Amino acid sequence: MIFPDKCAGCALCAAVCPFGAIRMAGPKAVIDPEKCTLCGACIAVCKFDAIELRKDTEQKKDLSRYKDVWVFCEQKKGVIQPVSFELLGEGAKLAKKLGVKLCAVVLGSGIEPRASELSARGVDRIYLVDNPALGVYQDDPYTEVLARLVEEYAPEILLCGATTIGRSLAARVAVKIKTGLTADCTGLDIDEKERLLLQTRPAFGGNIMATIITPNHRPQMATIRHKVMKEAEICETRAAEIIRKNYPETVMISRTKLLGVMAEIEETVNLTEADVVVAGGRGMGGPENFAMIKELAVVLNGAVGASRSAVDSDWIPYSHQVGQTGKTVCPKLYIACGISGQIQHLIGMQSSKIIVAINKDPDAPIFKAATYGIVGDALEIVPALIKEFRRVKNF
Amino acid sequence: MNIIVCIKQVPNTTEIRIDPVTNTLIRDGVESVINPFDTYAIEEAVRLKERLSGKVTALTMGPPQAEKALKEALSLGCDEAVLVSDRKFAGSDTWATSYTLAAAIRKIGAFDVVLCGKQASDGDTAQVGPGISVHLDIPQVAFVKKIEDVSVNAAKVERMTEEGYDIIETPLPCLLTVVKEINTPRLPSLKGLMRAKSAKIIRWTADDLEADPGSLGLDGSPTRVAKIFTPPPRKGGEILKGCAGDVSKKLVGLLKGVVI
Amino acid sequence: MDYFLTEQQTMTRDLAKKIADEKIKPVAAHYDETEEFAWPVMKILAESDLFGVYIPEQYGGLGGGILDMCLVTEELSRACGGIALGFAGTGLGAIPILLYGSEEQKKRFLPDIAKGKKLAAFCITEAGAGSDAGSIKTTARKDGDRYILNGTKQWITNAGEAEIYTVIALTDKAKGARGASAFIVEKGAKGLSFGKKEKKLGIRASATREVIFTDCEVPASNLISKEGMGFIVAMKTFDSSRPGVAAQAVGIAQGALDHAVEYARTRVQFGQPISGFQGIQHMLADMGTQVEAARALVYAAARMVDSGAKSVAKESAMAKLFASEVAMRVTTDAVQIFGGYGYMREYPVEKYMRDAKITQIYEGTSQVQRNVIAANMIKESLKRQSRD
Repeated sequence: MIFPDKCAGCALCAAVCPFGAIRMAGPKAVIDPEKCTLCGACIAVCKFDAIELRKDTEQKKDLSRYKDVWVFCEQKKGVIQPVSFELLGEGAKLAKKLGVKLCAVVLGSGIEPRASELSARGVDRIYLVDNPALGVYQDDPYTEVLARLVEEYAPEILLCGATTIGRSLAARVAVKIKTGLTADCTGLDIDEKERLLLQTRPAFGGNIMATIITPNHRPQMATIRHKVMKEAEICETRAAEIIRKNYPETVMISRTKLLGVMAEIEETVNLTEADVVVAGGRGMGGPENFAMIKELAVVLNGAVGASRSAVDSDWIPYSHQVGQTGKTVCPKLYIACGISGQIQHLIGMQSSKIIVAINKDPDAPIFKAATYGIVGDALEIVPALIKEFRRVKNF
Repeated sequence: MNIIVCIKQVPNTTEIRIDPVTNTLIRDGVESVINPFDTYAIEEAVRLKERLSGKVTALTMGPPQAEKALKEALSLGCDEAVLVSDRKFAGSDTWATSYTLAAAIRKIGAFDVVLCGKQASDGDTAQVGPGISVHLDIPQVAFVKKIEDVSVNAAKVERMTEEGYDIIETPLPCLLTVVKEINTPRLPSLKGLMRAKSAKIIRWTADDLEADPGSLGLDGSPTRVAKIFTPPPRKGGEILKGCAGDVSKKLVGLLKGVVI
Repeated sequence: MDYFLTEQQTMTRDLAKKIADEKIKPVAAHYDETEEFAWPVMKILAESDLFGVYIPEQYGGLGGGILDMCLVTEELSRACGGIALGFAGTGLGAIPILLYGSEEQKKRFLPDIAKGKKLAAFCITEAGAGSDAGSIKTTARKDGDRYILNGTKQWITNAGEAEIYTVIALTDKAKGARGASAFIVEKGAKGLSFGKKEKKLGIRASATREVIFTDCEVPASNLISKEGMGFIVAMKTFDSSRPGVAAQAVGIAQGALDHAVEYARTRVQFGQPISGFQGIQHMLADMGTQVEAARALVYAAARMVDSGAKSVAKESAMAKLFASEVAMRVTTDAVQIFGGYGYMREYPVEKYMRDAKITQIYEGTSQVQRNVIAANMIKESLKRQSRD
């Protein structure tokens, strides 16, 4: 796959290979077929066109019947989830570039009044399936209904929020209708020439970024990380066309049965939804000092996060853990108090817009990720911050 | 109770560092480990077996060296291990991976529960588990944080949600993807390690799976990687100096537009 | 250094190290502070099969020997010398059964020990019988098919936590040491009770209590070997167990040394890491050399025990003497390298220094070891002379 006559021995491909599959054998690059996953990273970087991927044997399919950008608008208890508005905002841009319609898909029970409100979010058309079986999310009927809608109306792009529901549903639909799906995207764009959706997402815990395409299958599906895209603005004057669909009961059957929905009461603000997260780590010294973390979070109307070491020490429940084995958050403001910033923690919060780090150790890795850093004892700084925020807010 | 656990071998992300000069991943000496999320699936499978008796089969798709991950699974209490490995699988995205694993599961035969970690720590897609359930046409529950009751033909589980959790009953056979909260994985036992050392790993190639060749590897993958790049390293921000009161004033001033 | 361990021994050591690093290190300071017994760690050790490494396979163990026991003790002690005693103290309690127990006794008691279901303890020391073990006062009077034990054992490791106690008591007071016998007493036996938990300088995670016998009834079938063999059982037990204490000392020394090297690398004074100073370098070099020498001696002594050699008293005493002296020196030097920080309980090294001290005292003080070593040397010399 490497043409030796073209290879200039620049070793760029060896450096960029995420799997360590390319090494320099003397002046030329060699690919280790055992390690290569055909990801194509080397091809993109080679300045000499010396690397080629075996061309797809598949014929280019006629994809022209697929049109429009769809956004799956997730609802819970009859409320359209805010991530949907972000997707509509982004979807509108994509639809404009492609010169197609922006459509919302809403599944629910008695959801029509709320669904029609989506008109104001710049939607051209709303596909609505209103059925008692769709009141709460269940994998089977949701998968079946969405797959049928897609097959009937053939959208070009289908976006879902990368929520627990979205990630489960999209994965099932994509397999069912045999198309590509890219998970947890943080950036979307359009290759206008090829009409391809360019889906950019972090991999290896955010250490590398990959842009994924779905060249020969439609719709091009992606789940999108919450809080990354800008919400669609409200514009009351528009009116979207509503297409009401319904399906026979056989489609609505769920093999699993939802027995109960339990809310965990401890948290007033949902960690992954919050605009502000105040998080504490080992440097807080003990569980009693998390009271000030909570207080600062309340002052800022935010949620409480924690590092793994604080959770492992039983200072705060696991549901607050931010990081690789916990939750991924990207609020507008993340305040890390007494958190050193191990890579596993950074993975969970590094896409926050503003990061404030408070730590005793000036060499703590958290400062590398921080927009603003304060070297000092969190136990002194946090109370001072609470006081100052209160003072300013009361003005 | 026959349980199949799907695992993946991944680079140990705790060891991943970025070369500050070239801005690429430093791979030298990065060891391969079982995807951390899969260790919870293994533990839950072994606990189910201990509770209800039966057999746990660990399954992975990967290069020949993924055998190490299977040996580790055996040392942790799995009874059998299957490695699905073939050059034809190279370039598999989540569609082709879930197709291949589903084909392997069919070949393993009768099962009651398929367990997967909620996602892999290298790709972070969380798509393979749900994909397998569709290929096998079995019910699934993703992001399970507790398996409460299991009987011969049904299980009651708790699914983690953004707000709390749902209680769900599913018929068997089913597929569950599990989150970290579900258990604390045990360490291997010495007898387990010794058994794993001498245990035979079952190896299957694409031909063994009786799978559609067009659905495997790159050909079976609807997605392509167009570009891989490393995000620019963070330079580190502005350090605020002064006593607690002063830095607080400064910071609040800087954040005024953001939160107030 | 390569000690040419077998594959199984390497596996054993690596697993012990993994448990020490992942499960003991994070809690060592907690148990030192609270002086609680680390049952959660014991459970992990039990699940890992490590309690069975030195027990023959026919009794549910893994068929290794004293060297295997030493490898585990060393690795656990590297993280916490106190928690390691839950394991090592059980070994000490089990050795009399391994060496002199009847087939029936082995079948009855060893499998539970191997599985870690039951901890064991060895009871010889009394208030008036420390180094002078011959002056014990606890008695065992035969009464039909049972023995009645009376007396109080002191400073017994694992007491109160263990289920199985091997006890040395006098069946014939008139004969003194030759009138001693060894018994297996199970927790729950009528008349068996425990004193309050002792507060100690170091190894605070280990449980140390009095074991009190008040007309304590023990079935005659629990007599180990024969009446009058008690002292031989005890001495042979110590010959086998001393490498274990020595391994604990090596582990403690190594743990402190690891901290010292890391600290020296990162602590900056006068504009450079203190590891750049020759004064520190030479200290580290001496510490490292001593620890390695101690380890080599301990493994050699353990292998000698495992080879079935007839007399190992001198060699195992040498290993225990040398390793414990090394542990005290190296941990003291580690505190020195940490300077003021080393003296603070927030930092880990002062604990190693406190933990190290006991290794010079229990299972025979350094002075008693020297007695044993010298006595054996003189005996050997006499033998050679008489042969000439």
